[in-house]
Order: sequence, then structure tokens, then C-alpha cells
Amino acid sequence: MLPARYVVTGRTVETADSVTLRLEPLERPIPRFQPGQFTMLYARGVGEIAVSISGDPSVVDSALTQTVRAVGAVSRALHDAKPGTVVGVRGPYGVGWQPSLAWERDVLVVAGGVGLAPLRPVVLTVLAQRWRYRRLIVVAGARTPREFLYSDELKWWSSRDDLALELTVDHAADGWTGQVGFVTQPLARLPLDPAATTAFVCGPEPMMRFSAETLLRRGVPADRIRISLERNMKCGIGQCGHCQLGPLLVCRDGPVVDYARAAELLSVREL
Amino acid sequence: MDAFGLDGLDELVRALIADGHRVIGPRRRDDAIVLDDVTGVADLPSGWGVEVAPGRYRLHRRGDDALFRHSAGPQSWKRFVHPPRRKLWETTDVGFAAAPDDERRLAFLGVRGCDLAALGVLGRVLGARSRPFIVAVDCTEPGGLCFCASTGTGPSVGPGYDLALTERLDDTGHWFLADAGSEDGERILAAVTRRPATADEVAGALRDVTAAAGRMGRQMPALDLRQLLHDSRQAQHWNDVAERCLTCGNCTMVCPTCFCTTTEDVTDLTGDHAERWEHWASCFEVDFSYLHGGSVRTSAASRYRQWLSHKLGTWHDQFGESGCVGCGRCIAWCPVGIDITAEVAALAAERSGDDVDV
Amino acid sequence: MSMFDQLSAFALLSGMSPTHIAVLSSAAKEVSFAAGDRLFHEGAPAKGCWLVQRGCVAVDAAVPGRGSVVVQTVGPGEVVGWSWLITPARWHFGAIAVAPTVAIELDTDQLKAFAEHDSSFGYPIAVALLTMVLDRLQTTRARLLDLYRNPADTPMSPL
Repeated sequence: MLPARYVVTGRTVETADSVTLRLEPLERPIPRFQPGQFTMLYARGVGEIAVSISGDPSVVDSALTQTVRAVGAVSRALHDAKPGTVVGVRGPYGVGWQPSLAWERDVLVVAGGVGLAPLRPVVLTVLAQRWRYRRLIVVAGARTPREFLYSDELKWWSSRDDLALELTVDHAADGWTGQVGFVTQPLARLPLDPAATTAFVCGPEPMMRFSAETLLRRGVPADRIRISLERNMKCGIGQCGHCQLGPLLVCRDGPVVDYARAAELLSVREL
Repeated sequence: MDAFGLDGLDELVRALIADGHRVIGPRRRDDAIVLDDVTGVADLPSGWGVEVAPGRYRLHRRGDDALFRHSAGPQSWKRFVHPPRRKLWETTDVGFAAAPDDERRLAFLGVRGCDLAALGVLGRVLGARSRPFIVAVDCTEPGGLCFCASTGTGPSVGPGYDLALTERLDDTGHWFLADAGSEDGERILAAVTRRPATADEVAGALRDVTAAAGRMGRQMPALDLRQLLHDSRQAQHWNDVAERCLTCGNCTMVCPTCFCTTTEDVTDLTGDHAERWEHWASCFEVDFSYLHGGSVRTSAASRYRQWLSHKLGTWHDQFGESGCVGCGRCIAWCPVGIDITAEVAALAAERSGDDVDV
Repeated sequence: MSMFDQLSAFALLSGMSPTHIAVLSSAAKEVSFAAGDRLFHEGAPAKGCWLVQRGCVAVDAAVPGRGSVVVQTVGPGEVVGWSWLITPARWHFGAIAVAPTVAIELDTDQLKAFAEHDSSFGYPIAVALLTMVLDRLQTTRARLLDLYRNPADTPMSPL
């Protein structure tokens, strides 16, 4: 339960409210992470929150890459952390995306807003071991064109011919010539091989529900649609009770679960 | 099995203390039987009994000098193995330091079957913290809100004790039947002046404990509760409970297995020294389910549903067993007398299509 | 590919019988637009319906001071243009190709005539159109939820 000390060695501004931090251990590093896992990040004296890991799992070093959106006191403190700031890190925790479930299959990554952060390691894993997978399709939605995370990387992804990138925004802006609409629109019309597709979906809960329902209609099996749940997390190890969603302790049994399991839970209000 | 009198019990407490234990047992304080340090038989609530009903708990003078016949009180042993508030660690510029553990080993005196089961449940959730020495007591006088017979956790104590006592008050006087359940138990028992119990004495105690199962004030409906709660997620009855429930969280505080906690971060004025504290939390608090921007469970109905569904249903999914041990505390200490067994019966009635008022 | 085959391959029309597809074919023609070509202007009489096969069409509105604001884009497999169905049959929004676009254009005067003449044709075509409208409505509602906003930016009531 004792955090490991990490120092901020890099800070990249992603959007008006989000930054990506590079963290390096001062003493012992935490174990290697799997795509979709999270850490508990502690800002001294302010508090601790769960933050997904957004780094490249194929890079073998002890640094951590985590994207933080300033939404509350702790995330604001972490967001504002300058290089040299020491933070506490526990983890990595939880069940991740398990990209290997999509070996020999088409990979469909669907991200809404900052939901792209925990999915970035999936995309990078597939790109690093491209031969293991068939098609790679990334669908990402944002409020406005300026609110996409990893915009430089998105440019690189869009230039590749082994990755199909579909970006869509809620509100267009001057100079935006891309799609305007919700992520379910490309999902409804993209050429898919539904039985051979594994989808990884992350974003606000209704966005994941709508996306999963669209994919179900297209014929993607529910147990091939993986979503990442979000609930209040205090301990990260299934002992504080906060993150319950019906039978699930989201920190321990998730955050990533199959839609086959999650669908009935997400359809109950205030569960 | 061995037998000893009140002097023997006193020797037992002193032997535990001499062995380095902090002995916790029942004491009378603030018109209730609470759990606190005891140093001998004189500290125990001799001749005090308890009368309980939904939303009600009163002490009364018994006609005898019984020490352990007061059913479940406002506290449970939870507070000693999972403290209401504890420091987790502190941090300065040089690193994080875990808060030191209390070195003294605890000994619990007078743990009834329900509470022994609860300690096991808690241990399976929180992992092995230091295990106390347990002197359990069989229950021969269940209270009006007890239902451990229907949860399979009493009235006789299950496994997990170091010593198990059965308190006897008969023509021969006030004495205890004792059984050691561990090597530690045998070692401590060896320090007590005792005699072997006769077969008749053992049979008599067994008869009384068995008979107690038939005198439970409450009964949990004999149903697959996990399935019932799963089937009841959209039940109307939650709204009915919400009309009465004050969402005060008393049930979660007195429950011997409710384990939820939250954390609190504090700093000194300079910000150089920070500490992290853990304290009990309740799923009835609105911000328990807080997610940036708002809480998931805001209605009283959803918060009561969470508590009951977790306790009796999803606990199975998470930890492989029920979270209820039938102690009845949540009924006694609910300010409006909500009765877990009656609510379950009402949910079962709703599922089967009957309209039953509770 | 014949018009019959092209229409049969269009997912939205999968509920229609071959006979009805054949009827539809007689009112359909293939059209293409260069990026920047306008399909229709807001306020103009509404005629025509386009089943987009390739490319991208933006549905837009002119907002003084902001120019042309795109509210939604329509891609392959989607349909643009339904105001002709309901009186007074005027376009509420405009539509402009934002990429080289190929579509099947339906002659909606003929379509209405067929439907009025034969309700067994009119019903499936209405269902197909309603499916498309419902889809569009649901994605619009999803965007109205403003799901990606920062939860810290709570809108305040002026009252």
C-alpha cells in the first residue's frame, strides 16, 4: 500500500485541460504494466486518484507515461506538476485490455474524449507486433478538433497504411475538413468483418454503451467488445468498496470487462 | 472437554495478559454492553441482559449472574481488527513511511458464533492482518433480533477459535465448559485450574445450545439470496424502503462485516509533511460513489439497494460467501427499525408477484 | 454494377424486396460531386435524396459572423436529404460535398408517386427512411449529452 516515489521528468500539454506526464522512479519502480491498467497517483498532501497508463508497453524502461485531465483537486495538482515534482505511485492495478485476445483478428479501437489515453497502449502494442493482428481501425471522437489527445501521433497514425484512422468531432471549427458527428456514425458504416473483429472501447459510459450497441447490431459478438469501466477508486486493490458495480469490484475485476458481462450492469440506473 | 468456575475464567484472563495479550471483552458502559479492555472477571457485565427490538436496545438486570448472555451490542470486534480510523503512512521529502503497527497481540474474550464468522469474513476481504487470540462463547440465549441459525453461523461457535466456552448456570453453580481449538488455546488452557467435564455436562451444554437455535427472534428467508437480489435490481420495493430509510449509515457502522473505508490526506502548515489516514466509510454516503462531477448513487433507494445487494448477493461474487452473519445489529441500531429479514421477505414476495406489506 | 445491384447492396434498403428494389431503380441514377460542390441550399425547395456510396457530404447552416457551420457529416452507407418527404418540402440545412463523392440520387417526385400509388412499396421505403432518421436523431442526441466536456465546467443557471 506504500506508494513508490516517482519524479516528473516530462510534461507535454495535450489540450486545454490535459497533460501527459513522464514519470521516472526515484527508488524502486513499480512492476511493468499491461495496456488498460491504471496506477494510483498521489499528489503530496492533496490526495490520490486512479489514472490510466498511456505509455508504450513495448518500450522497456522504468518510466511511466500517464495522461491527466484536470477535473478535481488531485488531478489539477498532478496536471500542474512541473518537472522535478515528486509524486507517489501505486500499482499497476486491474485487468487490462489483453490485446492478445485479438491476435489473428481485426482490431477496432473506439475512443471518446480522454478515453483515448488508456487505448493508446493498445494501438502501440498492435503497431509494435503488427504481424500478429489483421486490420487495425482506430475511431476517435472529441468535442472539438483541438480536444484530441496525442495530436502529433494521430497525424503519424493517419499517414500509415497499416492503420485506418477515423476522427470525428461534435463541433467543427475553422479548418476542420474531417467528420462531424458521434463515433457511432463511422461504427455503423465502416466495412467490418464482425465475427473476426475484437473491439476495445473507452470513453464516457453512454458513449461506450452506444458504441457497443452499434457494434452488436453490426454482428460483433458481445464478448468480443471490451470496455473500460470507471467508478470511484480509493484503494485500487478491492478493499475499500467504493468501485463496486453490481458484482464487480471495478479496480480488481476490471476496469476492462467484456460487454457481455457489463451490458446488464450498465442498464440499471444508479447500480 | 474441560470445566472450570469463575476463578478459572479469571485465571484465563490473567494468563492471556501474562502471555502478552491485550484482552478485550464485554463491559457495561453508557447503558450498553461495549467491547473494551478487561483485566479480570470483575470487569465483565455480570447479571446484565439485553432486550432488543427494531430500533431498540435496552439493558436490564437479569435474575442471575450470567456474564455472556447479552446478545450483540452496538460494537463488533471489527473495530479492533479494522480500526475506525488509522494512519496508513506519512511522507516527507525523503520518502514514504508506513505507520507502525500496534505490536501487542489482541485476545478477544466472549466472541459469539455470529461474530466469529464475521471475523472470518472480514479476514477474507482484507487479507491476513495479525490474528487475535479468540475465546469464543456458545450462545444459549439468542436475542429478539438474532437469526444466526438461518445464516449457518450460530448459535454454536464454528471453527476458528483458540478456546470455546459454554457458560453454564445450574444447580452446581456458575461454571464454564471449555474446548481448545488450537495449540495456543491448549497452552493457555493449561494455565487454568480445571477439571475434566463429564459426559452428562457436555451433553447438557450441547442440548441447550442446540435448543437455542429454535429460539431465534428472526429468520432469514431460506432462499437463494444471491439470485433474489440479482433478480430484484429493478424492484419497486427499494422505493418503499427509501420512504423509511434515513441513509444514516448506522447499519454499516454496526455491521461486523461492513469493511468499506475512505482516505483522508492531511498536511502540516508548511506542506512538507503529509499523512494519509484511512477511516470507515459507508455506502449510504452520497459521495461514496463520487465520480468526477457527481455521484453514481444519489437516491436513497439506490444506496439501500447497494448495501443489501452487496451484503447478501454480490458478496458471493466478490468473496465467495455471504456478508451477513445473522447478528441482528443492523435491525437494533436502525433509527427507524428497518429489518433486513423483513426486507428480504418483501423482495421475495415482490418477485413472486405477491403484494406484501412489511 | 447495375443500379439494381447497387441498391441491393445498400444496407439501409436490406428490408426491401427485389420487386421494390427494381421499382426504386427506375427512379435512381448515379451522380458524383467534386469537393466543394453543393447538393442543396438551405431554404430552397426540397427535391432529391442521395444515398452516399463514397466520399463525404457535410450538412451545414450559414451563421452570420461564423460563416458556414457544419453540424454533421454524412459518409458512405448514409443518406442525405429527407425534407422532400414532408410539406412544405424546403431544405432546413444545406449540404455540400467535402470530398469527392459518389452517390445514388433518387428522383423523389417519382418516389412519392410510386408510394402513393402502391402502399406496399411506400411502407418499406418509409421504414427505411425512418430508420435513417432515427439513427441520425440518436447520434445527435448522443452529441447533445456533451459527453466529452470537462465535468469541472458545470454550467451555471443564470437564475
